[in-house]
Amino acid sequence: MEIIDNSTTENNEESPGKTPRPKWGVVLVWVFVLGLLAVLGIGLVRSQRGSIRVGDRVPNLVLSTFDGDEIDFADLRGQIVVVNFWASWCKPCEQEAVELEQAYQLYKDQGVVFLGVDYVDTETEARAYLAKFGITYPNGPDLGTRISQAFRMLGVPETYIIGPDGRLAAVKIGPYLSLDEIVNQIETVMAEHK
Amino acid sequence: MVANIGYYVLVLTFLASLYGAGAAAYGALKRKPEFVESGRYAMLLTWPLLTIASAAIIWLLATGHYEIGFVASVTSNSMPTYLKVTALWGGQEGSLVFWAWLMAAFTSAASLRKWDRDRELLPWFIMVTMITLAFFLSLVVFFENPFARLWLSADGQQVTAMLQPTGAVPLNPPDGRGLNPLLRHPGMIIHPPALYLGFVAYVIPYAFAMAALITRRSDDRWIRITRRWTLVAWIFLSLGLILGGRWAYDVLGWGGYWGWDPVEIAALLPWLAGTAFLHSVMVQEKRGMLKHWNVVLIILTYALVLFGTFLSRSGVLSSVHAFAKSAIGPMFFVFIGVTFIVSLSLLINRWEMLKGENFLTSVFSREALFLLNNFLFMGILAVSFWGVIFPLISELVTGQKITVGPPFYERANGPLGLGLLILMAIAPLSAYASSTWKTIGRALWKPALVSLLVPITLYFGGIHNPTALLGYTAASLVAFVTLYEFWRGVMARRRQHGENLPLALWRLVGRNPRRYGGYIIHLGVVLMAFGIIGIEVYQTETQATLSKGEQVTLGRYVMTYDDIAVFDTNDGRNVARAVVSVYQDGKLVDELYPRKDYYYDSQQAVTIPGTRSTLADDFYVILVGLDPDSQSDATFKVYHNPLVNLIWIGGVVFSIGTIVAVWVISGRRRANKTPSASKSTRT
Amino acid sequence: MRKLQTVMGMTLGFILLSQVFALPAFAQDGGPTDDDVNVIARELYCPVCENIPLDVCPTQACEQWRATIREKLVLGWSDDQIKDYFVDQYGPRVLAEPPAEGFNALVYILPPVLFAIGAFILFMVMRAWKVEPPTPKGKGVTVESEDPYIAQLEQELRRRDE
Repeated sequence: MEIIDNSTTENNEESPGKTPRPKWGVVLVWVFVLGLLAVLGIGLVRSQRGSIRVGDRVPNLVLSTFDGDEIDFADLRGQIVVVNFWASWCKPCEQEAVELEQAYQLYKDQGVVFLGVDYVDTETEARAYLAKFGITYPNGPDLGTRISQAFRMLGVPETYIIGPDGRLAAVKIGPYLSLDEIVNQIETVMAEHK
Repeated sequence: MVANIGYYVLVLTFLASLYGAGAAAYGALKRKPEFVESGRYAMLLTWPLLTIASAAIIWLLATGHYEIGFVASVTSNSMPTYLKVTALWGGQEGSLVFWAWLMAAFTSAASLRKWDRDRELLPWFIMVTMITLAFFLSLVVFFENPFARLWLSADGQQVTAMLQPTGAVPLNPPDGRGLNPLLRHPGMIIHPPALYLGFVAYVIPYAFAMAALITRRSDDRWIRITRRWTLVAWIFLSLGLILGGRWAYDVLGWGGYWGWDPVEIAALLPWLAGTAFLHSVMVQEKRGMLKHWNVVLIILTYALVLFGTFLSRSGVLSSVHAFAKSAIGPMFFVFIGVTFIVSLSLLINRWEMLKGENFLTSVFSREALFLLNNFLFMGILAVSFWGVIFPLISELVTGQKITVGPPFYERANGPLGLGLLILMAIAPLSAYASSTWKTIGRALWKPALVSLLVPITLYFGGIHNPTALLGYTAASLVAFVTLYEFWRGVMARRRQHGENLPLALWRLVGRNPRRYGGYIIHLGVVLMAFGIIGIEVYQTETQATLSKGEQVTLGRYVMTYDDIAVFDTNDGRNVARAVVSVYQDGKLVDELYPRKDYYYDSQQAVTIPGTRSTLADDFYVILVGLDPDSQSDATFKVYHNPLVNLIWIGGVVFSIGTIVAVWVISGRRRANKTPSASKSTRT
Repeated sequence: MRKLQTVMGMTLGFILLSQVFALPAFAQDGGPTDDDVNVIARELYCPVCENIPLDVCPTQACEQWRATIREKLVLGWSDDQIKDYFVDQYGPRVLAEPPAEGFNALVYILPPVLFAIGAFILFMVMRAWKVEPPTPKGKGVTVESEDPYIAQLEQELRRRDE
């Protein structure tokens, strides 16, 4: 009997078997290593690509508001939709809260919809926040973080303006610094979709 | 000026490492030793060059050159000088340079040996290490440049760049953002370098293994040459992990030392593979078996080092330890991809050349038990690896983020760890090639009988938890067996050589340092096991909001809240510091000062627990919050952590054991050169 | 920075904190204690910070989540109801382990399967090695001497010095 190769490994990922360099073991190891690299690669691409870009189609989402309504993004086609992500624990969000409400008052009769998405927050504090800043446009929690994941949002506050065609028209990362800045961005989107 | 010099030195080092790799490989292929020699000089040049570059960064950090992006991001005026200096490894850029510096130091040191009959390995050793070094340097040269300046671009954005972007004006901030406060802790000053040392040192055995594969050397010279390096790498890695635990316990304020965080696990994975290697390599040395497996393990260890570094630095995983999202991810990905694929191809191609020389003669022989030990280590490794990688896979498939947390790891790794403890008790009693269950049984029954007293005593002492009873029994068995082994050895020496006790012990360890160093390490592990079981099974906690003078009770302890002070310090902190008294069984035993430090520069808070530490337990108090209205009512979280100090003591014993093993190996090598020397020590 | 404000913000005097539940003990009269809250919080993870259990997470957001647990406890919810509520609100990542259903069941299935396969391979390897008669050649077997134990030690040393 020839010398039995004793190199075989008990490790599940490494090539097992009794004969030297078993073929299926080699295949298995390659599948494992390349699979691992693929997972890491895709993970890396995901972590690097950031939020969705202007021109991308916004996926269909449903926002359940604090008032108990269900707002389907698909039903808003044909209107400009301003989606603002915020949270009650987010200090910078407070900078833009009042201005957003003012902008809503300016545009609510001009076919512009404002939606507030409350990112991982607690209801009590969220309602207090809405009351404190007198926000009247529809707001709702981001249940299961599905909406923020769809926008691949990175943090709060962030604001996404969706054009009437259902594609992303403008993005603002971080708080708006003034009412003018909001107005400018909406006007630009309106002009583009005239 | 200094920044420019530093940067050009980095570029020069990068070129030198590229040249070294190329020249060495060319020299080896074309059989031109002068090229190999030139490559070696290039390699030896990298360490002094990187020393200059590191010194430049340290100087910039220490003197507060906030016009440099890296300096502004990790230091501030209020930081003490020693923290400014150690901020070198507080951020991505500096830590990459530090990493490269360590690697250059190790490769240079490893290449300063007499190569004599291993000369053919030299060029490939140079090539592998210099390619790796060149890669890390390319990251700092092209992406994470620690010398890049801050500029205010034409459109008002703050940018970092080496050269002035068009239309930009230099920015010269008066102060920096300061180091992450969590990192401003003595433990954090040693923990990263220790881990890095461990990580980096593994490149040496890896490079030798690759060189052996490339040159088709089928003997195990590479193992003998790198024996000390694998131990050095391993001790630093172990130390890094233990210090990390200590840091978490002292600073993170959650009453624990290990949270199964993905980045923690990423550092544990190479340790597991490296520990398996330390055991299985002995089988190859003694019996000429497991040759393939040892090469696989050393490649696996190094691959896991790279994998862990990639995970923590690329932004793929989010974790408390992760560096901020970074541009180096894709580069790093390509590098680990190439490393994995090349190593694996080479290994498969050379598979046939590594033939074993021996057979397993008994399932109770030490080699068989080492095999079992490796199996369990690989089991823990597979479980932990799976737990880290699964959230990534799951997010790809289901689109939902998930957490794989401590319960998963503890459930799976607990029994495997127990299995390792039991093996640790049996294996030292076995012999290579020849043990049977009878010989082991003969050696085992006395310690086993003694260790059975432990669970019985504990049971009647009120400890009924099966995990604890089982764990303590196994750990005691290891302790008794190990001490018994020392006893047997000492007694044998006394009989044979007529030495007195201390001398016999000294000579026993000196004659076989690796075995007895290993036993000391095992004793360290036993202590740690006692501590881990103690805190994991018997930790208790309570939380309460108290007004001054009120008290909270936890087990035998009562804590009263005496006072609080909120004040600013001159190093830029706002401190809320409570004074509490601790009573044990009604007697005042200690006064503690749990506090919360808020750092103005980085706008972060750190919770520093107040701890009363004894061998038996820790009483650990965290100041959770302070009522903003009254400014005096405070919320405390109180932990009782039994036996936690055994973990740290075990860590010290563990380190001593490794030092014994490393130290005497080097001593032995010297002794080998002069054969008479070893004789004379025995007379 | 933009994302998380620390609890210590309160020493900076944020007015907002006047209505904060950071100090839940004011609900001490018969209501759920801090410890009751922490029992549940320990098994949940902070939804915005990575891998930090909710009971030890020091951020203001986490204070609010602990307050939510308290509110639900006051309403008489069970542990499981509260956990389900958190999953609905913030997604499955708040659980310390994914529920064993659908694709995520794989996280629990694979390790034991791999372990079984590994154990089987180990068994096969050992059996295969055992077939051969005890070392006809190669590095030798222990030799008896006056003290078998010390002889064995010495012999292992010799082998290492080869």
